Amino acid sequence: MKNSVPKIATRADLDRVRDAARSAPDKDVREKILVCTGGGCMAAGAKAIKTALTGELKKQGLEKEVALVETGCLGPCVVGPVLVMSKERVFYQGVAPADAAEIVQEHIVKGRIIERLAWKEGPHKTPLPLQAEIPFFKRQTKIVLRNCGVIDPNSIDDYIGHDGYQAVAQALFSMTPETVIEEMKKSGLRGRGGAGFPTHLKWAMARKSPGEVKYILCNADEGDPGAFMDRSVLEGDPHAVIEGMLIGGYAIGAHQGYVYVRAEYPLAVERLQRAIEAASERGLLGENILGSGFNFALEIRKGSGAFVCGEETALMASIEGNRGEPRPRPPYPALKGLWRRPTVLNNVETFANVPFIIARGGAAYSALGTERSKGSKVFALAGAITISGLVEVPVGTPLEDLIYEIGGGIKGGRNFKAAQIGGPSGGCIPREHIAVPLDYESLNALGAIMGSGGLVVMDESACMVDVARFFMEFVQEESCGKCVPCREGTKRMLDILNKICAGDGCPEDLALLQELGGQIKAASLCGLGQTAPNPVLSTMRHFRDEYEAHIVHKRCPAGVCAALLVYSITDACTGCGACKRACPSAAIAGSAKVKHIIDPALCIRCGACFKACKFGAVLKA
Amino acid sequence: MNPHGKTENALPEVLTGNSEAEFITSIIAPYRDMPGALIPLLQAVQQKFGYLSDNALRSVSDGLGLPLAKVFGVVTFYSFFSRVPRGKFLIRVCLGTACYVLGAADVLDCLQKELEIGVGQTTSDGIFTLDVGRCFGACGLAPVIMINDTVHQQVRPSQVPKILAGYRKSLLSALENGQ
Repeated sequence: MKNSVPKIATRADLDRVRDAARSAPDKDVREKILVCTGGGCMAAGAKAIKTALTGELKKQGLEKEVALVETGCLGPCVVGPVLVMSKERVFYQGVAPADAAEIVQEHIVKGRIIERLAWKEGPHKTPLPLQAEIPFFKRQTKIVLRNCGVIDPNSIDDYIGHDGYQAVAQALFSMTPETVIEEMKKSGLRGRGGAGFPTHLKWAMARKSPGEVKYILCNADEGDPGAFMDRSVLEGDPHAVIEGMLIGGYAIGAHQGYVYVRAEYPLAVERLQRAIEAASERGLLGENILGSGFNFALEIRKGSGAFVCGEETALMASIEGNRGEPRPRPPYPALKGLWRRPTVLNNVETFANVPFIIARGGAAYSALGTERSKGSKVFALAGAITISGLVEVPVGTPLEDLIYEIGGGIKGGRNFKAAQIGGPSGGCIPREHIAVPLDYESLNALGAIMGSGGLVVMDESACMVDVARFFMEFVQEESCGKCVPCREGTKRMLDILNKICAGDGCPEDLALLQELGGQIKAASLCGLGQTAPNPVLSTMRHFRDEYEAHIVHKRCPAGVCAALLVYSITDACTGCGACKRACPSAAIAGSAKVKHIIDPALCIRCGACFKACKFGAVLKA
Repeated sequence: MNPHGKTENALPEVLTGNSEAEFITSIIAPYRDMPGALIPLLQAVQQKFGYLSDNALRSVSDGLGLPLAKVFGVVTFYSFFSRVPRGKFLIRVCLGTACYVLGAADVLDCLQKELEIGVGQTTSDGIFTLDVGRCFGACGLAPVIMINDTVHQQVRPSQVPKILAGYRKSLLSALENGQ
């Protein structure tokens, strides 16, 4: 670490650093290459591209004129590694190290756009080089992700240069804790972790709770499978989370904060740690911040792989060094939380909204969204969608727009079947409700929840009974075991679902699932159990015919549940013998160049023949 | 002794004796003043030795003045803590929703066949441990597997042998260079 970095001791210092950061690079640098180093692009080899570009720029003697910046997630993970040429915001995708020479030669030296690396849109694969023209970006409104793909997450100066820490300065010098909370109220921000509890109410309760010592916690234990927005914010804009927590700490009167991060996110931990060190070194964390007299320290606590620790009281138990088991509420954490002190817990996305709300005003935030759900929401698109990745849209945007206009529709031109939203606590939205506006109320009405915003899109190849079974297995394994309804109830529900998928279901099972589900929801101790039956109940509601096909007709319409499949060979068979060789149970007979047949009595339904056939002649139904 | 009864080559440097006690004594000071220090300390010990042995749990219990039962209770609650030695490379197959619907189970099958071990087990040469994970937040790249801290994206079963060979090779060259 460099020594003698000047402290930012006053508000005027902050402004000076901001102005310096804004003007400094423009003197010599005529182009900045923003290389996405979000988790997805890193896995696709972003570091190697940066190394290749560094070498190429040096070779051409351009290293002073062209800056290479590592930036956070740009969004469309599936076409990564991606980068942006910042001057005109030209977007390049699927970049390989071998492309470095062409990028430098063509784009930088000759000023010509490389169409080969540009975004391709529509059935004619029209190249769209400018980021502003690409529908995936055009339809988004970025508040939480405002700096992701714009700044270098490892540079505090870059963050300050983009008005970073201005909101906390404004709060400390021009606002009282009460007016901060008032502004949060105007914004209408609701917790982005799942339940959607109004943030200002949590803050106001903790503010009013008696006690000298209070805590503010950030929930970065993003456990819902299918959600990765918190990871991307921590990796792409860690200072925004720190600033949000500083403002929250000031509002409730806390001087110590903890960020509880999943152990599965090593890169997020590394970048957040570096950001905390930089902020502490510059005096933006610690004693007497900006000379205001306000003290605030921040620490990271790493999770150890327990899904239930995303529940607030379990998370606190884990920070305290205990087994991550929830406890009954009340008392609510705002009164008695971490170490029995008044505590506020918000998630990463919630905190990342806070600097925007304070800097631009609550009204600017609440101008977005619907009557009762304000602002913007980040969604993680995954599954059978063409452009999987991270998007941010105003709350209330129809699901259909998200999938077809932003996400490019279903992969391989197949048909949409359902979207699973809200992870193991959520539900499935079927085709007939694809126009549903994505807001808290509309989703609840369909038996789903907004949750953390993970959206897994499924096409016809997904079996909804199997998906429900998958989630039940998940919550069963992750149930901490403290309360009986969750521990035993989820086990019973899973047994029934396994039975149905194995072809042993009986008509009474559906009523039993319904009844058990209702009891688990009503009687469980924490959010995990209270929402665990949702995926089953919602699929039973919207896809009842599929359950009935499994139970009554012993068929899996999607062809997923192995025990219910019947394999047969069609006339497309060329008699090549590949299936016969692949079959582990000698169930296939036939001589060379003659159509083969499967003996259903010997078939163990493993699907080896289906995979081995190169002519699509093996049918499963 | 470890429960697998095999301590020869390729396992982390020291597995027995006082080394854990010595290590814990050498780093304990800041943890004594830290509220809720148990989990961060256990994480540091596992990071160093690859797993948490009986000796390690006893030393942690002594070091922080906490009952051994409490330490044991915490260790067995969290899936990241391992009570048995693990391989040089920990392979975790994501079984989150996106990976599941895009074929993660086939990848897991293939790994089990290639490595000839089940989930939670370690190969007899001590190189690979196979485990499953619940979403690494790389859903846009599903299905993914994570080997130590590296994410491999859009993995097809056919790529598995090549990925494993790459890790075996890196280990061999590290051994040749005397590391």
